[in-house]
Amino acid sequence: MQPIITTKNVKLSYGSFEALHDINLDFEKNKITALIGPSGCGKSTYLRCLNRMNDLIDGVTITGSFKLNDLDMYDEKTDVVELRRKVGMVFQQPIPFPLSIRENVAYGLKLNGHVAKEFIDQRVEESLRQAALWDEVKDRLNDSALSLSGGQQQRISIARVLAVRPEVILMDEPTSALDPISSAQIEDTLLALKKDYTIIIVTHNMQQATRLSDKTAFFNLGNLIEFDTTEKLFMNPSKKETDDYVNGKFG
Amino acid sequence: MNAKRSDHLATGLIYTFVAIVVLILFGLIGYILVSGVPHLSWHFLTTPSKAFAAGGGIRDQLFNSLYLLILTLIISFPIALGAGIYLAEYAPDNWVTSVMRTAIEVLSSLPSVVVGLFGYLLFVIQFQMGFSILAGAIALTFFNLPLLTRNIETSLSAVPNLQREAGIALGLSSWKTTTGIILPAAVPGILTGVILSAGRVFGEAAALIYTAGQSAPVLNYGNWNAFDPNSFLNPLRPAETLAVHIWKVNAEGIVPDIDAVSNGTAAVLIIVILIFNISARMLGNRLYNKLTSSK
Repeated sequence: MQPIITTKNVKLSYGSFEALHDINLDFEKNKITALIGPSGCGKSTYLRCLNRMNDLIDGVTITGSFKLNDLDMYDEKTDVVELRRKVGMVFQQPIPFPLSIRENVAYGLKLNGHVAKEFIDQRVEESLRQAALWDEVKDRLNDSALSLSGGQQQRISIARVLAVRPEVILMDEPTSALDPISSAQIEDTLLALKKDYTIIIVTHNMQQATRLSDKTAFFNLGNLIEFDTTEKLFMNPSKKETDDYVNGKFG
Repeated sequence: MNAKRSDHLATGLIYTFVAIVVLILFGLIGYILVSGVPHLSWHFLTTPSKAFAAGGGIRDQLFNSLYLLILTLIISFPIALGAGIYLAEYAPDNWVTSVMRTAIEVLSSLPSVVVGLFGYLLFVIQFQMGFSILAGAIALTFFNLPLLTRNIETSLSAVPNLQREAGIALGLSSWKTTTGIILPAAVPGILTGVILSAGRVFGEAAALIYTAGQSAPVLNYGNWNAFDPNSFLNPLRPAETLAVHIWKVNAEGIVPDIDAVSNGTAAVLIIVILIFNISARMLGNRLYNKLTSSK
């Protein structure tokens, strides 16, 4: 099967410090891929390359090849704003904009030039349903998103990304700031989203990786150590380093 | 001394300092109001000033002050907004930016008399504007710009970076992220800055003596033609403001009721600034709630 994202020989440096060493990694369509590894291993840095969020940081050099289908992500001619519309991102902290629930979800659409009210209302409802939040908020769409709980706010952040219909969703530890119940709700949401979207998730929680992902990549010290199906990587890893990490012997 | 006692002591000291600040403020405002308010009357606010006889009012000065303030804000706010957005969101962290920041700082610390004389030589004489509201407004823009720019930059920078990243990651351009997400969140801070700078503009005298002039020609408030010399809207007429009026009456006034006029004017000045502060603050909160639909 043709991967949706292909990356080859990825190297990234902050100034003279090389943080990612020659990473080759592909992502399949409609699958959840987990990126795991100890803090500072480069997994978040790698994730942020996939929608060019690292462009915002001064002094970063990125080399290698990144392809979204046939689009060369780092080509000079590539519209980075358009790319980020195709590759959405959910962050560690819920980041509701200081707006109403409806406006939060509709925001990307509106600023991207969609104005028809019916279209927006329909997208808002669809996205909130996909994010499993519709039933909880449908009667108070005009309330401030800041009035919601942390878990709800994170699902707002997800719905907001869904509303612009990306092909790939990047998630940087999306549940680490949430309580177990909210986390479980988000996980259910992600599993349901898999049929329409490709999801790449960075997580520190190994159980979460095993519950959610089809494939898992293990990073350490800026290297990709092992990449395999989640089952194989956790049950029968081929590298000792991976074995040690997934069994909690270091990291 | 144990921790608890030093804590008590520190708290006490802090309260004392705050009390000193508050006392000075209330003392000043109280003194001005007590000595000025008895001279206030509808007549005082609605009659033109008199040069020789007693019983003059401050109608034109009051209007001039407000008009000058509005003109100044119209000129300075857009420029400051652009500069503030540039510095907070776009400026790279290099020596050019730091030269710009230093320039802004220096501009804000220029003595007002110097700015006034500069405005006099350049606008009034060189550009042949004569003593005019416009020349005054441009001179005041020099004070206002650095304050406003700095304030807008700080308010924008105070919005958490996460909001910026969230906007960018949603496929919004930097411009749309700034105008759609960052700017609304910064509105209350920006408004507070506008109020503070408006207060300064409203009370400024030295820079205006040489630019907006010290005379208040008779105005026709029914004449809406801004190009007509006696129209109240004409920006090219000389315009004595409240603060300049206080200075002038005390420095060279020959009216018999100097005390009444200057105390009354001072009270009006203070009251207007207070009204300004309070209403703009309320407006800021309302605006923020409306923009962000938070309650």
